Amino acid sequence: MNRIQSKLREDKKLLSIYFTAGHPNLNDTVTIIESLQASGIDMIEIGLPFSDPLADGPTIQKSSTAALDNGMHSKLLFQQLKDIRKTVSIPLLIMGYFNPILQFGVEDFCKQCQEIGIDGLILPDLPLAEYQRDYEQLFKKYGLINVFLITPQTSEARIRQIDAASEGFIYMVSSASTTGAKKGFGQVQKDYFQRIAGMKLSNPQIVGFGISNKETFSQATSSAKGAIIGSAFIKHLESEGVEAIPDFVRSIR
Amino acid sequence: MKYQADENGYYGNFGGAFIPEMLYPNTEELRLNYLNIMEDPSFEKEFHALLKDYVGRPTPLYFAERLSKKYNTRIYLKREDLCHTGAHKVNNTIGQILMAKRLGKDRIIAETGAGQHGVATATVCALMGIECIVYMGEIDIARQAPNVARMKMLGAEVRPALSGSRTLKDATNEAIRDWINNPVNTHYIIGSVVGPHPYPDMVARFQSVVSKEIKSQLLEKEGRENPDYVVACVGGGSNAAGAYYHYLDEEEVGIIAVEAAGKGVHSGESAATSALGKIGIIHGSKTLLMQTEDGQITEPYSISAGLDYPGVGPMHAHLYESGRGEFISITDDEAMQAGRMVAELEGIIPAIETSHAFAIFNHRNFKPEDLVVINLSGRGDKDLQTYIDYFKL
Repeated sequence: MNRIQSKLREDKKLLSIYFTAGHPNLNDTVTIIESLQASGIDMIEIGLPFSDPLADGPTIQKSSTAALDNGMHSKLLFQQLKDIRKTVSIPLLIMGYFNPILQFGVEDFCKQCQEIGIDGLILPDLPLAEYQRDYEQLFKKYGLINVFLITPQTSEARIRQIDAASEGFIYMVSSASTTGAKKGFGQVQKDYFQRIAGMKLSNPQIVGFGISNKETFSQATSSAKGAIIGSAFIKHLESEGVEAIPDFVRSIR
Repeated sequence: MKYQADENGYYGNFGGAFIPEMLYPNTEELRLNYLNIMEDPSFEKEFHALLKDYVGRPTPLYFAERLSKKYNTRIYLKREDLCHTGAHKVNNTIGQILMAKRLGKDRIIAETGAGQHGVATATVCALMGIECIVYMGEIDIARQAPNVARMKMLGAEVRPALSGSRTLKDATNEAIRDWINNPVNTHYIIGSVVGPHPYPDMVARFQSVVSKEIKSQLLEKEGRENPDYVVACVGGGSNAAGAYYHYLDEEEVGIIAVEAAGKGVHSGESAATSALGKIGIIHGSKTLLMQTEDGQITEPYSISAGLDYPGVGPMHAHLYESGRGEFISITDDEAMQAGRMVAELEGIIPAIETSHAFAIFNHRNFKPEDLVVINLSGRGDKDLQTYIDYFKL
């Protein structure tokens, strides 16, 4: 069983963290991952930076640009991660945009992921139809779980379709928006969380976008299996540094 | 139909819809409806009435006698520069604003580089009384002040794109982000044959009026519908898509695409996508794309703001790969000289984008009996300052 699938069976609400590889400093990647695991984080999304992150808000746009300016690229990330499984056992996913993977070579990329021990991929601009048309076989060949997104606007029929194509969890985007903190969750989000919970999907859901603190984490996980924090963590890294990661995690739960 | 999009929006290996799930409902609504709406007789009637009475179509097909004499061939100019707002861009914005109305949208967003598409969008929004927000790179806002003023005068809000390189590709990113944040009431009027399916096909269909008119005008003037060559400049490629559209499957018609080589194809300052690009994904479409080895999108350069896009529409990527189209790159200097030559020989100052197409005659010989149609996609008023600076006029 894939590490993601085992983790999802644990009887707890999962806290997952996204960070951009190569930011704040080029060689922080392993330190951040180890510190997150030591702080009790359940799962990590390692962001592969892209020049044109069109689903992201200002914070991740900035961290992506900074990471690229620092010199981050796919091959370097794989080098940094080559021994990660000697010290880290929680599920690791790579999250990014599809073009850098296409240039790396999709099969080579998947193969590298398998060798390192990456468990899954989240590629917002590789939607279901394109994935199934050209890439599903490759992802499966190398044991990678592909995670799909749903939003408040996703129709019930399409959610069912995505549920059927998923093998880990469904990434539930909290609102119609790019990434980054909002002013908390309103009634619209609460209704949406309940509506999805009521669908009794076969894959658990993990909520992302707009989770920034204890309150939004607990609201998001009242019916979902877990939540992902990205922009708020990146801001904390920028202001408090890598040493303060345990403080951030304690502030959430 | 082998050069048209298939039902998934693929032109050969290019196209598709590589979009985040947040945009799926928006593009799906469009995908499911655009053909039905365009084929509805009442839509066609409204579209063509506006093209005739508001845009000024059909635009003339003019035999350029002095130019023909100089190059010893027969050259016709399709006068898209005479369209209202000064370029072919308005054919598409008229179509899309009518589409947006039928879809019940009450807010329009658009991206613009030099400002031509922004002006064409602001114009049709004023015409229909619909809110209009145009994203424009901060750098472009500074260097295209007259078009910014035009958009404002037409009632549009111009929002600066502050991310990335702060030019056209970033303005497009910001427009896409706006659409993600406003998925229900907003229609995104993309200005070229780029973006996720169904945009490349929809925009090509709205622009196809250009080649439809060329056919009937040539028949009247020459007793034949097909020229030997159709020549157009290509940035994203909307004027070219319109000029080629009804000739794509007529193999005896040569299709020539002229790209901007900037300071030279291999100078590091170029926008010659077919020569420099590799297959990649930009703004939701798989196409030829200028990028680093690691797949980061690079910033192109051309003296013409309308041609400096790092990608090219998927239709054109397919025309290039299949060999159906002949692609030629023209430098800034060659384009500027060609623009001046057309002004002096024909009394027409072309947009710098279009000037690139006219430089074809220094790169390629045509036979005296050949019929060559150049799509004169826009007028040069907006470029006067660049011409003044270049020629020290």
